[in-house]
Amino acid sequence: MKITTDQVLHVARLARLEFTAEEAEKFSGQMGAILDYVEKLNELDLEGVAPMAHVHDVVNAFREDEVRPSFANERALKNAPDSEDGCFKVAKIIEGA
Amino acid sequence: MQWEMVVGLEVHAQMNTNTKIFCGCSTSFGSDPNTQVCPVCLGLPGALPVLNKKVVDYAIKVGLATECKVAGMSRFARKNYFYPDLPKGYQISQFELPILEFGRIGVVDDEGNPKDIGITRIHMEEDAGKLIHPETPGCNYSLVDLNRACVPLIEIVSEPDIRSAKEASQYAKKLREILIYLGVCDGNMNEGSLRIDANVSVRPVGQKEFGTRSETKNVNSFRFLEQAIEYERERQIDLLEEGGVVVQETRLFDSVKGVTKGMRSKEEAHDYRYFPDPDLLPLVIDDEWIERMKGELPELPEARRARFTSDFGLSGDDSDLICQSRDMADFFEQTVKLHNDPKAVANWIMGSIMRDMNKEGLESVADAPITPEHIAGMLDLVKAGTISSTIAKEVFDHMWATGKSARDVVEEKGLVQVTDTSEIEAIVDKILAANPDEVEQYKGGKTKLMGFFVGQIMRESRGKANPGVVNQLLKAKLES
Repeated sequence: MKITTDQVLHVARLARLEFTAEEAEKFSGQMGAILDYVEKLNELDLEGVAPMAHVHDVVNAFREDEVRPSFANERALKNAPDSEDGCFKVAKIIEGA
Repeated sequence: MQWEMVVGLEVHAQMNTNTKIFCGCSTSFGSDPNTQVCPVCLGLPGALPVLNKKVVDYAIKVGLATECKVAGMSRFARKNYFYPDLPKGYQISQFELPILEFGRIGVVDDEGNPKDIGITRIHMEEDAGKLIHPETPGCNYSLVDLNRACVPLIEIVSEPDIRSAKEASQYAKKLREILIYLGVCDGNMNEGSLRIDANVSVRPVGQKEFGTRSETKNVNSFRFLEQAIEYERERQIDLLEEGGVVVQETRLFDSVKGVTKGMRSKEEAHDYRYFPDPDLLPLVIDDEWIERMKGELPELPEARRARFTSDFGLSGDDSDLICQSRDMADFFEQTVKLHNDPKAVANWIMGSIMRDMNKEGLESVADAPITPEHIAGMLDLVKAGTISSTIAKEVFDHMWATGKSARDVVEEKGLVQVTDTSEIEAIVDKILAANPDEVEQYKGGKTKLMGFFVGQIMRESRGKANPGVVNQLLKAKLES
């Protein structure tokens, strides 16, 4: 399956990754090869086989609605690159406007 | 050209569980930032979500109340996008296999005919965190509070069956009522427990295909919902009639100016690349579970309205108003159980109680300082002739202010109605003696002065004289 460099760059943008033109070229070939490989599954006759819901043959795992201890604020923010007033501090986000 | 508007609503309702949908952190509102967080809702590597069973219970109830089909098997999906309020880089939601589909809510169209608004689907998902933008000038950062991240929501998506702003607000109000009756959502629109997005498009009457739609977010009251939809209708029609085109976009409602505004479109914002979340197992709901939830359903607003009209003889409007909140309808029924005069009870609820609740900004009658016992006790005293209905208003105000029972208020304030004929006769004589001119005029044919005399006597008795007795005595004396 042919993957264009534009498709590679589109997916990269969505994943917040930055590639050089050479990398995009290289990955387009690699991604195409991966998809070709997966494509082989289409050769199987799946008539009458239900789609798989999960790799495990298990369903329904629940918690009861009971409060468990949370992290203390200091602990929650421990790995934050920056914080202020008990909050994570991030680059300014412009909403609406 | 004649235009027709087409509207569909997406309603996000917060489920009022004690804990989040995929972890045991508390969902209580108003705590310090980032104090109700854990590895799961912070999106720390390796943390695994486990579904809160109560959210499923609640969703099933909402589905049953809106006549949805409950899916035997549903599953969770990842909705991928980058935004700082979403620490994992995706929101856990449901996509191709939602828990509920094909429901309906009945409304009345603008011509007064009943019609159904279809519900396409209802699915469960987690809420995102809260972004705070400090207002200090030149501030170049934002703050993130993740207490709300992972709080359980259901999203209720309607069919594009709505044709007017009124139908839209009716649908949303009925939905809110159902959620509150079920006890699964507090319905508080100011705190964001219920959020409405409106998809609006217009098309020439008779055209089958839908026009391009806009999606208006940030609508936090029913009045604003109607305003936003009306505004969009006008805006889109003007645009099309001037030869322009409607752009598919997200818009925000500005409640101060009553207009919608286009949001800066996020590049590729709608490429969510949904896929099944491998961290969560498929959800299988059997008939036994559905039946159990059916057994827990309370009487729903529609049924209760009908019963209030048929059993208690309330008018449609009165029973509509009282049944708007489950608490109020409960209050009404409890009061009627104690004092069997539904009309009188309804009048006190719609008059004094609702007035004072509005005045004090109370959302629920459960928070009011008076109980069904107060109202029933007061009505008992009116019925027994101990107080007049005029005095009852005074008694009500005292009960509201002090929380004391009607009997205590009446005794303390000395408000017992005087029915003793001799006592009233003394007052009548006194008033007639003090106003000889008016008595002459009355006898000369000016019978309208009756009201004047009654007023004077009631004032003299400080409202306590039994009006029937006063009228009788007065007539007898003046016409003798």
